[in-house]
Amino acid sequence: MPRTLDVELTVNGAPRRLEVHVHHTLLDVLRDQLGLTGTKECCVVGECGACTVIVDDLPVNSCLMLAVEADGHEVRSVEGLARAGELTPLQQAFLDKGAAQCGFCIPGQLMAAQALLEQSPDPTVADVHEALAGNLCRCSGYEQITEAVLAAAEEMRR
Amino acid sequence: MRSFDYQRPATLTDAVALLERHGPEAQILAGGTDLIIGLRDRTIQPSVVADLKQVPELRPAIDEQDGWLSISAGTTMTQISAHPAIRRHFMALVEGADVVGSVQIRNRATLAGNICNASPAADTAPPLLVFGARVLVEGPAGERRIPIDEFFVRSRETTLLRGELVKSIELPVPREPVGAAYLRLTRRRGTDLASITLCCGVEPSGSTRLAYGSVGPKPVLFTDKSGVLADPATAEDAKLAILEEMLSAASPSPRSVRASPQYRRAMLRVLARRGLRAAVERLRGAA
Ligand code: FES
Ligand code: FES
Repeated sequence: MPRTLDVELTVNGAPRRLEVHVHHTLLDVLRDQLGLTGTKECCVVGECGACTVIVDDLPVNSCLMLAVEADGHEVRSVEGLARAGELTPLQQAFLDKGAAQCGFCIPGQLMAAQALLEQSPDPTVADVHEALAGNLCRCSGYEQITEAVLAAAEEMRR
Repeated sequence: MRSFDYQRPATLTDAVALLERHGPEAQILAGGTDLIIGLRDRTIQPSVVADLKQVPELRPAIDEQDGWLSISAGTTMTQISAHPAIRRHFMALVEGADVVGSVQIRNRATLAGNICNASPAADTAPPLLVFGARVLVEGPAGERRIPIDEFFVRSRETTLLRGELVKSIELPVPREPVGAAYLRLTRRRGTDLASITLCCGVEPSGSTRLAYGSVGPKPVLFTDKSGVLADPATAEDAKLAILEEMLSAASPSPRSVRASPQYRRAMLRVLARRGLRAAVERLRGAA
């Protein structure tokens, strides 16, 4: 009855070998075992998107995925965006547009938006709304967040 | 979350053996978007969690063969929505798949999981009923096929037997285009569980299929072969009488927090008329 399992996954580009509890979610392991606390825990039922990470290029709720399911997969969290202290155009656009207020939902918003921009570099407003429909912001900065994503898309296309 | 024995069978035979051995003590893990919520709030406490994503036959795949389109058990809502053949023949299923949760959920949630969870409000159930889907099942006694309208029993209960698992969902590719539309009623725009789900499909012959859910223990299907519903020349009253008959199976729960029974019954009529109109229009558009 294995209650822990050795898994191998890539986290923000770096291969990791870990022993994880089989009943721990990917969110638990990112935060508590790897110390990557940028990914937030909030509703834990898949409704708020604060825990959004990118697994094999697709945004998912890390609260609804067991860590063992990430075995052999590639996980990206908000910590993987900026390189050497240099913000990505998307992060910069969030700052420039005032999209981050309390900031709690922002890591999830960024990862959902990042996945969108990788798939469709020239999204419409409707595309942005759909891609971020699973990311709630209690500070209600939806206008600014949408503007930031569109601005980043434009910047990245240049 | 309570711990459990996590198993990752590598073959279909192993998966069936595992499920047979543990029966109701085992829970299948596919996309996990329903299961993990249940594990965490302890409404589901299995001793074994069987992650079937390594079984080759269950990996995401959509194939067309002998007039049937087969969607393997591991196929996600996102993959269904993106598939050209499904978009061409079964757009109402895409409409159902597209409103399941958020992008994040749809990237994990599977069609097989959606029907096995058997929620009366499952968005993909009414389109599957209208399109005449069947469920390909593997079990201790081998393979069998269950027509989708004999699959659902009530929330979290299907006609799957001990040791059986869903291999794929098969849809008959229509020889002539069918006009079909999926509609739902939610409390708010955006991500929400449906208070009513409804799909209407009209064949060129005029035969009309109506499936709806979230107003009783399971989603249900009714067929009217008279052609009256699809006929633009028929008086509205005659159509309403037939629709009324088709909707009479609705028995919305008085305990729901989402909507009262009266409201659901009233809105079901509205949705049925809208669904019929949309299906007829699409049939004409396709002709
Ligand atoms: S914490 Fe995962 S969706 Fe809310
Ligand atoms: S910035 Fe506060 S919740 Fe979004």
